[in-house]
Amino acid sequence: MAEEKKELAPELKEKLRAEFEKDWRKDLRKAVPPKDRMKQVRQKMPERPAGERNKDFKEVNLGLTQDMAQAEARRCLDCANPQCIAGCPVAIDIPSFVKLIERGEFLAAAWKLKETNSLPAICGRVCPQETQCEELCAMKKASGVPVAIGNLERFASDFERLSGSINIPPLLPPTGKKVAVIGAGPAGLTVAGDLAKLGHKVTVFEALHESGGVLIYGIPEFRLPKAILKAEVDYLRRLGVDIRTSFVVGMTATIDDLRNDGYEAFFIGSGAGLPNFMKIPGENLVGVYSANEYLTRVNLMRAYAFPAYDTPVFQAKTAAVIGGGNVAMDSVRTAKRLGAERAVIVYRRSRTEMPARTEEIHHAEEEGIEFQLLTTPIRYFGDNYGHLRAMECQKMGLGEPDASGRRRPVPIEGSEYTIEVDLAVCAIGQSPNPLIPQTTPGLKMGKWANVEVDWATMATSLPGVYAGGDIIRGGATVILAMGDARVAAAQIDKYLRR
Amino acid sequence: MPKILDQRRLVPNLHLLEVHAPEVARKCRPGQFVIIMPDERGERIPLSIADWDVERGSVTAVFLVVGTSTRKLAALKAGNEVPVFVGPLGRPSEIASFGTVVLAAGCFGIGALWPTARALKAAGNKVIAVIDAKADYLVYWKDRYQSVCDRVLFSSRDHALASKDFIPRPLEDTLKAEAPVARVIAVGCTYLMYACAQATKPLGIKTIVSLNPIMVDGTGMCGACRCTAAGKTKFACVDGPDFDAHEVDWEELFIRRKSYFDDEVRSLCRYEETELP
Ligand SMILES: Cc1cc2nc3c(=O)[nH]c(=O)nc-3n(C[C@H](O)[C@H](O)[C@H](O)COP(=O)(O)OP(=O)(O)OC[C@H]3O[C@@H](n4cnc5c(N)ncnc54)[C@H](O)[C@@H]3O)c2cc1C
Ligand SMILES: Cc1cc2nc3c(=O)[nH]c(=O)nc-3n(C[C@H](O)[C@H](O)[C@H](O)COP(=O)(O)OP(=O)(O)OC[C@H]3O[C@@H](n4cnc5c(N)ncnc54)[C@H](O)[C@@H]3O)c2cc1C
Ligand code: SF4
Ligand code: FES
Repeated sequence: MAEEKKELAPELKEKLRAEFEKDWRKDLRKAVPPKDRMKQVRQKMPERPAGERNKDFKEVNLGLTQDMAQAEARRCLDCANPQCIAGCPVAIDIPSFVKLIERGEFLAAAWKLKETNSLPAICGRVCPQETQCEELCAMKKASGVPVAIGNLERFASDFERLSGSINIPPLLPPTGKKVAVIGAGPAGLTVAGDLAKLGHKVTVFEALHESGGVLIYGIPEFRLPKAILKAEVDYLRRLGVDIRTSFVVGMTATIDDLRNDGYEAFFIGSGAGLPNFMKIPGENLVGVYSANEYLTRVNLMRAYAFPAYDTPVFQAKTAAVIGGGNVAMDSVRTAKRLGAERAVIVYRRSRTEMPARTEEIHHAEEEGIEFQLLTTPIRYFGDNYGHLRAMECQKMGLGEPDASGRRRPVPIEGSEYTIEVDLAVCAIGQSPNPLIPQTTPGLKMGKWANVEVDWATMATSLPGVYAGGDIIRGGATVILAMGDARVAAAQIDKYLRR
Repeated sequence: MPKILDQRRLVPNLHLLEVHAPEVARKCRPGQFVIIMPDERGERIPLSIADWDVERGSVTAVFLVVGTSTRKLAALKAGNEVPVFVGPLGRPSEIASFGTVVLAAGCFGIGALWPTARALKAAGNKVIAVIDAKADYLVYWKDRYQSVCDRVLFSSRDHALASKDFIPRPLEDTLKAEAPVARVIAVGCTYLMYACAQATKPLGIKTIVSLNPIMVDGTGMCGACRCTAAGKTKFACVDGPDFDAHEVDWEELFIRRKSYFDDEVRSLCRYEETELP
């Protein structure tokens, strides 16, 4: 469904060329010859020991030191025709920011990132770099090991945040136009920031009581500390963005109501919040959660600190998490941290098909997570009190490739077996949230209950209403949501000034 | 943050809460609910909307004091603020000209059904209310019901108001006396709704109940509130809370509501020992 933009626009190529030709870049290229750059090994991200970190929620990765970051930046060959940029959905000028790090200009590197990516500290942590920028890196082709672009992105933006010198860009004069942004996830927050800078009066309406979307309720603290998100949200407030939490568009007010209140343009960034279940027997037993519920209880409601916080969550002896994506990895590592003796991933395909980031799979293994691959649950069993007690699984083989190009799992008859589990988390995907489509007459919907847009402009079928992120793509990624948002913001600006 | 306008005991264990929430008030319909979080460390709990006032910009709920969250609510005073008061949520109850409608209410349901009673009367129905309470002094809003209903009956476990009985019996009697009855709407504790469903089933009268499973977000995002109706899994917060009582898997609902029983006791002990004002 998602558009892939591989070819860079001619204007962008020209801009990149101009940066490439700058004297300081030439000097840096000359200072260290390519063969010396290629000899350097990739800097390993420092991380907390697995046996320590799997008992708490503090961040796993500690971040590169300045020396490490500069050493890693030195590995970048500063190619005349850099490929990495085409792998980044928002086309960050990767060589420029990496070379600024090599030169020790860390703040300038952070600002360079922010020219195209409004949430670099987050993307540096959660982007699937191995299939995006780093996949296309020349060093990968040359030596098999790409430049650690994601780790460098994280380094530069953490440096900016920790230095306390977050740059507030000049805002254009107020236009007096009111824009409503629905949803405070990465898509909504990005649109809000861009439009505020362009002088519009932006209000973000968020259904939950904290901003961030999946970044606050889904992705756990051990992967993305809440303080980072908070800094991003504070930054938006300083740009003049008004964030109204506990406001459900469609219920508290519809898009039509907001139009009557003077909002002239809208961005729908309401995400893919609706959890899918497998529809197998026993799925409503006590102890079977959707990943959304499990992670929301722990992250947003802070159930890890129960009873100091009032929201409870089940503690398991054996937790099974169904799925092989980031959501599944986050859930299973959470179960381990909450004290599960066994925390098991049950995934119907093999390791190579797992959609999770490689680093997360690797971290999960180190932390003692078990993997039962080529396996799917077929029913749950309860005890006399209706609580989950066991799960029947079936082994799968791999058949012909399906529409996604991955080999289709096929059940193996007679391979059924039962494992005792007292917690199961279903992490098999989410669908777009139907609340806004249901309450917005005339909004055209696509095949997968997604809002339909013109991919060039992110415009929906309604005038002045744009959309982006998971609501149009189904469960995708932070950077794709942000990429959509940047296109939409530019178009909304055009629309308001028409 | 939303401000408390009023919080007081109506009758023992049942409290009224009025909150300043003008945007919510503007959109309220009978049968909808709000989610409230009593303090920054609190749980998000659903409460039915018992009344609203667009001019005052206020929304009212009636709650039964059962555990930590409702105890925290019962300790609030006018002027306090709550971090979350979001709504209105859920699909509104169906209001139309049905003919004769019998309302069966108990506990917080007396409050929760009030907007429905008022709207059904305005829509031209003959509205009869059967109100259940353990004892007569636990009945509230009697005058409100008497002001819009064609008849108001009571059932209680003492003799003071009417027959000494639990609601299904007087409900059955009423349904016979008032036949044909187009529909019954029952709201209150799970057991009351279940008992009413059992009573109306043999008579084949359409019966609507407002289900009260455990919820978290209230917007369809988590699935905590899943219930089975007509053999299909539904999310009560967005597909309900109103369901056809004869299609509900009651056993599952009873079990799922007790999911956190041990934790609730632990939480309450901690609250009473360390925080209770
Ligand atoms: C557990 C988990 C882990 C993930 N890990 C990664 C990862 O490592 N890397 C990666 O790139 N991606 C990851 N993803 C996917 C990524 O988080 C999403 O693609 C991204 O957040 C989508 O952004 P969005 O802004 O479109 O939607 P969301 O982040 O879903 O935000 C939507 C917001 O809109 C609000 N909302 C919904 N309806 C309404 C309404 N009616 N009114 C007001 N507000 C509303 C919601 O409450 C929510 O806050 C993960 C997802 C999950 C669940
Ligand atoms: C749509 C809906 C409308 C409701 N309307 C009202 C109302 O108008 N007045 C009223 O008094 N009660 C109402 N309830 C029930 C009310 O939400 C619970 O009584 C309340 O959450 C109890 O919280 P507690 O912390 O005080 O008790 P706890 O100690 O947490 O639990 C006591 C009991 O309340 C139930 N409960 C606990 N947490 C929740 C939760 N998050 N959601 C639902 N039930 C829960 C449990 O089954 C438990 O048996 C409604 C529930 C729903 C789903
Ligand atoms: S934003 Fe993501 S894809 Fe783009 S350069 Fe950074 S890590 Fe790579
Ligand atoms: S309460 Fe979360 S889906 Fe209903």
